[in-house]
Amino acid sequence: MKSGSNLEKVLTAGNFSVTAECGPPRGADPEVVRKKAALVKGNVDACNVTDNQTSVVRMSSTAGCILIKEMGIEPLLQMVVRDRNRIALQSDVLGASALGVRNMLCLSGDHQKFGDDPQAKNVFDIDSMQLIHMVKTMRDEGIFPSGQKLDGAPKFYIGCAVNPFADPFEIRVPRLKMKIDAGADFVQTQCIYNMEKFKTYLDLAKKEGLHERVKILAGVTPLKSAGMAKFMKRMVAGMDIPDEVIKRIADEPKEKQAAKGIEMCIEQIQELKELEGIAGVHVMAIEWEEKLAEIIGGAGLLPRPVVE
Amino acid sequence: MITGTPKPIEEILQMLEPYDNIVLAGCYGCVTVCRVGGEKEVEILASTIRLAREAAGKKITIKEVCLERQCDPEYVETMRPYVEDFQAVLSIACGAGIQFLAEKYLTTPLLPGINTGFLGVTERQGEWAERCQGCGDCVLHLTGGICPVTRCAKSLFHGPCGGSSQGICEVDKSVPCGWQLIVDRLKSLNQMDNYTKLKPYKGWNSSRDGGPRRIVREDMI
Repeated sequence: MKSGSNLEKVLTAGNFSVTAECGPPRGADPEVVRKKAALVKGNVDACNVTDNQTSVVRMSSTAGCILIKEMGIEPLLQMVVRDRNRIALQSDVLGASALGVRNMLCLSGDHQKFGDDPQAKNVFDIDSMQLIHMVKTMRDEGIFPSGQKLDGAPKFYIGCAVNPFADPFEIRVPRLKMKIDAGADFVQTQCIYNMEKFKTYLDLAKKEGLHERVKILAGVTPLKSAGMAKFMKRMVAGMDIPDEVIKRIADEPKEKQAAKGIEMCIEQIQELKELEGIAGVHVMAIEWEEKLAEIIGGAGLLPRPVVE
Repeated sequence: MITGTPKPIEEILQMLEPYDNIVLAGCYGCVTVCRVGGEKEVEILASTIRLAREAAGKKITIKEVCLERQCDPEYVETMRPYVEDFQAVLSIACGAGIQFLAEKYLTTPLLPGINTGFLGVTERQGEWAERCQGCGDCVLHLTGGICPVTRCAKSLFHGPCGGSSQGICEVDKSVPCGWQLIVDRLKSLNQMDNYTKLKPYKGWNSSRDGGPRRIVREDMI
């Protein structure tokens, strides 16, 4: 075991894994986290806690991780390189490990332009690829990247993110391979709506044998309405939502669109479950955590396995 | 070249409020080429200031000069015979030039008339774009002649990120994705091997992060 996290155990035992995410609040009230986490509990093997996503200031990811850990949910710490130089990154890696966080997702982070503080100075001292390498070096070699010896190595199951739908497509699989070479143990993908394109991506990854070197968790986000689908397609760079997906939900009357979105998400998870090389799903029910049990249960993935 | 943009005239007039005789100093270097601080711009700005001050009933005397380069001591020295006859110097050279004047003429207030921009190129008449951040450790041979530090909004060394869409950076529709440019170029050069190599963490100590930089050429001293 690399970190001994629940997620690692579940995946290593060959179970189809489920993760979800919990965005910390825009304030210091821990109850907001606890309320969301209560909806996640029991439905996942680990829960991502986002790190100032879309560059909007929120309660720190590490604090969020500890709050959900106290409730018995396994946290998955997201960490971006936008706001921290290598000194802060290493320090936060050590701190989170000391507090018992055992999973980590290494990200570059959305550009600060999208948040409330577009005038902020960004850092990007190292990139997400190098952050993976940094955590792996610290974990496996017991040294800082500078070469200095660690007084206790951090224990993390190391994750990375990929967007199979961003451009240019031809470097997407080579880039995943680089992340695996750098040290990624698992990968969570951007939300998938274009299954055909995703299958092409997966086939290319399998040709390289990448599915045997990394656990691939396919990202899904249930659509609440046709309006949400159109908005995401238009506004989010690298978000590929085919017209037929939008049509399927748009054809429903407004009051039935949410239910349709959930039905489509469940269908999609069932399809992903059957794909060779897919080790699990990452369900990003953004501000819709109350539907997690319905989606994950509906896909036949409950109860979650207990692996010792 | 070093590029820049004129400061708003309101800001300049506000800076000049306490003074009624000044030097307005341009530079024949970069700022002439990018048409923000050369001889012609000195003339235009001086006239604008005079008119505005006349209209406000507060006349101002302006000595117009344009130095060969405000970043070279021999040219900066040419102002010495008269600079003390004036209350202030408004410079429309780059930030380096303005500071060099300030450190040579210790008793005269120096005012910036432009906002210094970046190291860039003239893409077409009237349009300049950034190409170099002077990071002090060039990797252009590995990236198809396109700089990841400058051209990628996140200065990634293993781009492009998930925000690259149809060759455009998520930060702005007018900004090409630097990593799309790099990948396209590496492909055309048959150098994709460079892309798939894991690059070491960049040493930013050769950049501004190491503190103000200095180059000493013993062979020239």
